[in-house]
Amino acid sequence: MTITPVNENTVMVYVADRTSPETADKIAAICPLLRAELGQYLIDIVPSYTSILVTFDLVAIGLRDFSRMLKQVLARAEQMQHQANQSPMIELPVYYGPEVSLDAEDISRHTGLDFEQIIEIHASTVYRVYAIGFTPGFAYLGNTDPRISIPRKQTPRAKVPKGSLALADQQTAIYPKASPGGWQIIGRTPVELIDFERDNLTMFEMGARVKFNPITRAEFLALGGVIEADEYARAADQATRRPQREPA
Amino acid sequence: MTLRILTPGPLSLVQDLGRHGHQHIGVSPGGPMDEHAFLWANRLLDNPLNAPQIEIAMGQFSCEFHADTCIALTGADMNATLNGKPVAVWQSLHIRAGDQLSLSGARHGIRTYLAVKDGFKVTGILNSSATVMRDGLGGADRQGGKLAAQDLLGYNVTSLILTRQVPRQFIPEYSQNISLNIIPGYQYDRFDKTERERFFSSEYTVTPQIDRMGYRLSGAAIRCQTSSLISEGIALGAIQIPADGQPIILMRDRQTIGGYPKIGCVTARDLSTLAQCQPGAKIRFIEKDLYQAEAERVISQHFFRGYIGKKHAEHILNTFTGPTE
Repeated sequence: MTITPVNENTVMVYVADRTSPETADKIAAICPLLRAELGQYLIDIVPSYTSILVTFDLVAIGLRDFSRMLKQVLARAEQMQHQANQSPMIELPVYYGPEVSLDAEDISRHTGLDFEQIIEIHASTVYRVYAIGFTPGFAYLGNTDPRISIPRKQTPRAKVPKGSLALADQQTAIYPKASPGGWQIIGRTPVELIDFERDNLTMFEMGARVKFNPITRAEFLALGGVIEADEYARAADQATRRPQREPA
Repeated sequence: MTLRILTPGPLSLVQDLGRHGHQHIGVSPGGPMDEHAFLWANRLLDNPLNAPQIEIAMGQFSCEFHADTCIALTGADMNATLNGKPVAVWQSLHIRAGDQLSLSGARHGIRTYLAVKDGFKVTGILNSSATVMRDGLGGADRQGGKLAAQDLLGYNVTSLILTRQVPRQFIPEYSQNISLNIIPGYQYDRFDKTERERFFSSEYTVTPQIDRMGYRLSGAAIRCQTSSLISEGIALGAIQIPADGQPIILMRDRQTIGGYPKIGCVTARDLSTLAQCQPGAKIRFIEKDLYQAEAERVISQHFFRGYIGKKHAEHILNTFTGPTE
């Protein structure tokens, strides 16, 4: 672990060189310890894949003193026993149907797999939260199975629908609200992922385990999921085109 | 009582010192682009440091006050008038019910701060009223909206008359030709010596791609030995060097994490100066010692917190005494 200052009141802690479930566990264990031990000085902490950025209040403590205290807390964290599988498991219902899996055809073409196989692979993996960022509540989850790995789209979509479940390289993520985005869309969750009026703003936290449970369209709609009229139309259109491409 | 926006201009936003403590779930801090001008406006009125103000970018703003109060204007001089009569920036002004304030454009600088005694009454979200449009948070509507015509902002009525001016030596001259102090950090060591020398000896130009998230510059391209990085937290003022080698300086509405190499950070004080630059401004970078930058920041923060007076002094004493066992 290394600590290095980056500006007047911010220091960077590099926890490891490489992204891994163990690193995520370590970061997940350090963050609450920092809040408990140094909370009175903290302004913000930004955990990511392999690092934690820490901003503190310069009126309360100087850079040298803060760095020294931080080092002590991190030394204690190193000695802590990390227990495997301690992190919470978040299970999210996902509808992978043709109305909402906007990039199903591209992913099938790229991977050479039927979309049904892709769903099975995607939904049988347990993911870890490696970072949260981009927009509030956007969690970067890893790792997706290499068999369904696909790069970002060449041209990002101007508007990715809210709740979209997406793939990019070795990662998967859900767009908590409609936004521009270049990831490949394979499904949609009806669950609200960010609520600023709630105490617990997002269910995601560093290191948490995440699993996706496939649901039917009826279940998706019953849980409050939204499918737009043009999405129904697009799916119906695809269904009529499909037999023509697969001669009997 | 309330202030009513008559013409909002292109970008007028409610800001306080920012939304802190939520960056770990991706919430951008926001806050005043020119913190120096913001802090002076609150100081002129003996306001709490964090009292919400209106940040007016590029002028074309007018409003009407429905009750007596005191206001302060700081930042860019946008030929402000009160009921048609010119008024100066960097001072407090007494306001009577029915008064109208208008700002046109600025020749120097691009942002003006309008503070009112005790701050505008805006219901915050996540402990802040700072408007971050991209996150859909803060502002008068709590959903990240910029101010619009007919918007109403509440404030306390006061007949108090304050006539204060910011001492001349604290009033910056907004120039289109500036130097920025840089604290080396992040991937500084992964830039070759020749690349660093080019960075610190070249003149860069502020492009039209400037917003509250970042300022894109153009000039001599800088190469980093590492082209992509594992995404990591982005500090205020971080200077990203993407693949094209053109620096991007990250400002208040920055993303919380990012994967471009960074050569260091602009000091907080100089970020305020940069925030007043228009496209076309010429920038030079100067390497600054970390601890000197820290010391200057500490002095500045004590200066602005100090006037709050006894109550705050007690807080500091408590901090130093700490818990007894």
